[in-house]
Amino acid sequence: MARPWRRAAGLPPEDPTARLRTALELVDVSHSYGERTVLREVSLRLTEHRVGVIGSNGSGKSTFARLLNGLVVPTAGRVLVDGLDTATDVRAVRRRVGFVFQDPDAQIVHPTVAEDVAFGLQNQKVPAAERTARVAEVLDRYGLAGHADHPAHLLSGGQKQLLAIAGVLVMRPARVVFDEPTTLLDLANRRHVARVVAELEQDVVVVTHDLDLLAGFDRVLVFEDGRVVADGTPAETVGWYVERMS
Amino acid sequence: MTAPARHRSLLQRTPAGLELAALAGLSVLLFAVPRVPVAAGALAGVVVLALAGARLTPRQLLAQLRPVGLWLAGLLVFHLLVTDLATGALAVLRLAALVLAAAVVTATSTVAELVAVIEWLCAPLRLAGVRPARIGLAVAMTLRFIPVVAERAERIREAQAARGASRPAFLMLVPLLVQVLQLAHTTAEALDARGADDEAPPRAIWRRA
Repeated sequence: MARPWRRAAGLPPEDPTARLRTALELVDVSHSYGERTVLREVSLRLTEHRVGVIGSNGSGKSTFARLLNGLVVPTAGRVLVDGLDTATDVRAVRRRVGFVFQDPDAQIVHPTVAEDVAFGLQNQKVPAAERTARVAEVLDRYGLAGHADHPAHLLSGGQKQLLAIAGVLVMRPARVVFDEPTTLLDLANRRHVARVVAELEQDVVVVTHDLDLLAGFDRVLVFEDGRVVADGTPAETVGWYVERMS
Repeated sequence: MTAPARHRSLLQRTPAGLELAALAGLSVLLFAVPRVPVAAGALAGVVVLALAGARLTPRQLLAQLRPVGLWLAGLLVFHLLVTDLATGALAVLRLAALVLAAAVVTATSTVAELVAVIEWLCAPLRLAGVRPARIGLAVAMTLRFIPVVAERAERIREAQAARGASRPAFLMLVPLLVQVLQLAHTTAEALDARGADDEAPPRAIWRRA
């Protein structure tokens, strides 16, 4: 239903399909950085709730993840997020696909915890009262409520990663892409982040070297030299990948 | 840092814009009326305000003065040698009062409040096509990344020391610069991913036609 008050209040028009999820599609996608080709004619259709992506360093995993949020536009082919082309509808794509980076220090842009979580909502022009409520709710959910006014740089590594995740989830994306979310964490924090990922109602794509994280995932893709060389359930793919690497 | 509303002191509840205006007013007063009693009175007033209004401890106040302590001592010695004690005392009292007053403002205002004031002050720049929110974001990010860059510099220094390097500190600059550029690249991606570019820039007044 159209909501003219949003326009009257100077807010961007609400996307009526924001909650609809159909598929992430890559159609003959290739990508190069200068002379170096990192993805080669990848075609995929992802409809599962939780998708894992593994592969050795330089295999094209991170570029694949960035394609899904429109952070990288393919040099050939098309990437479609619920029918939206990342090359032409990048703002709409980013509203529905949240992205969590490996290094939370690069993702936290405000000096204090609550201010950083509120950042994405400010960009979406969410009214102040709703913003405050949503920030409090997400900080509470991730055990950061007691740190709301603390300087972000004083948090532990695990807390910083949770803050980075909170900063994305507060924007209520339909999907979340994680790029190696546990690489810099100790065992306890890895398990905590794994629990957070497992409990998300959003569809997730997780790029990782942490194979334990993929337990219970619906589908796992193995990348090698810019191509998907294995695609199936964790039981089918993870063991195959481990054997191939040994 | 901010305390819960019911525990907030009078100054913490005072709008940041008003505090900044008072700080600016104090600066003007101290330079417009160059008299020792005025500067001493201002310093005493700021100390009382800091202890009672902002609930800072004497130790916290001294910590604020410590970084400029050497500078204040040097200033006093310089004036004793070149001018006289009264001029030196005036300079020292004036500077100490302003440093402590600035400390009171930063201790009783959140970064968001200070950034909001900066954005409000920059609002007229919209006419020239500038986004005040971008200026506020730049200020907030500067404050956010100072400790991050300092931490990375320390890590590089430790890594060099662990491999027996006894090289001059400035040679740390190249690896630090590389790391900062990488950090800047990822942060730019993160800003895009979090919708920082959602708002269309305002059109400059001379381009609206």
